[in-house]
Amino acid sequence: MTTGLTVGETVATTTVHLDRTSLVRYAGASGDFNPIHYREDIAQSVGLPGVLAHGMLTMGLAIQPVLEFLGTKGRVIDYGVRFTRPVLIDAIAGADVSTAVVVGAVMDDAVRFDLTVTYDGNTVLGKAQVQVVFD
Amino acid sequence: MSVNPELVGREFSPVGPYLVGREKVREFARAVLATNPIYLDVAAARTAGHADVVAPPTFPVVIQELTLAQLLAEPDANIDFTRVVHGDQRFSFSRDIVAGDELMATLSVTSVKSLGGHSMVTSESVMTDARGDHVVTATSTLVVRGDE
Repeated sequence: MTTGLTVGETVATTTVHLDRTSLVRYAGASGDFNPIHYREDIAQSVGLPGVLAHGMLTMGLAIQPVLEFLGTKGRVIDYGVRFTRPVLIDAIAGADVSTAVVVGAVMDDAVRFDLTVTYDGNTVLGKAQVQVVFD
Repeated sequence: MSVNPELVGREFSPVGPYLVGREKVREFARAVLATNPIYLDVAAARTAGHADVVAPPTFPVVIQELTLAQLLAEPDANIDFTRVVHGDQRFSFSRDIVAGDELMATLSVTSVKSLGGHSMVTSESVMTDARGDHVVTATSTLVVRGDE
């Protein structure tokens, strides 16, 4: 099977807007109720600049353009990221998070997609890679 | 106070069975802003050949959290929840999770390191289905920030 994809090709780009409601929704859905994701005072009391998005929310939304691109084809067999910078969610302004998906490697029946995820001009995930098999 | 290095190699009692609920999957899919209908719509998932809605790739964190709660609650672990930030995360799948799956998850600690006053705890949560077959391994590193 050939995937028709070329290394270096950008297959998707997206920007999503997050606000504090997004964090509360993710806290409920995931069960991660660490108060640094909804309490400014607690976040600051542990030395953080303010309320942060859950790293797992960023990881969870960053793969969506890959899944949208795949449609009903392919299956994710591996997804890993490093959390390199926090995404601060201002109470009023929120934050925009952008993702670009580039083909990182093409194997026989598998493709690696490399994600570049940015907020406020900086990347927030390191080595964000998704491996997909087409079986 | 840093995290207890004697945690390395410790395996916790299995958590579960965790029944993957259709509405939980959809709630999670909405929370991570899923757009592909196989994560949200039963008919779309079935048309694509799945038994029910498919759980988004980061869904296993829901079950991983239940196992990490065991670690955080371990009396000798010395992990302050409010000082924990996530360092890295990986999911390695043998197959997709779909609504209706019953999963067991077993956590083990693979590494504890100290760096610049912070501690880094890496653990693996291995998830298997009702037949005992491997579904996914969720590997995470938690960074426990030291006192300022």
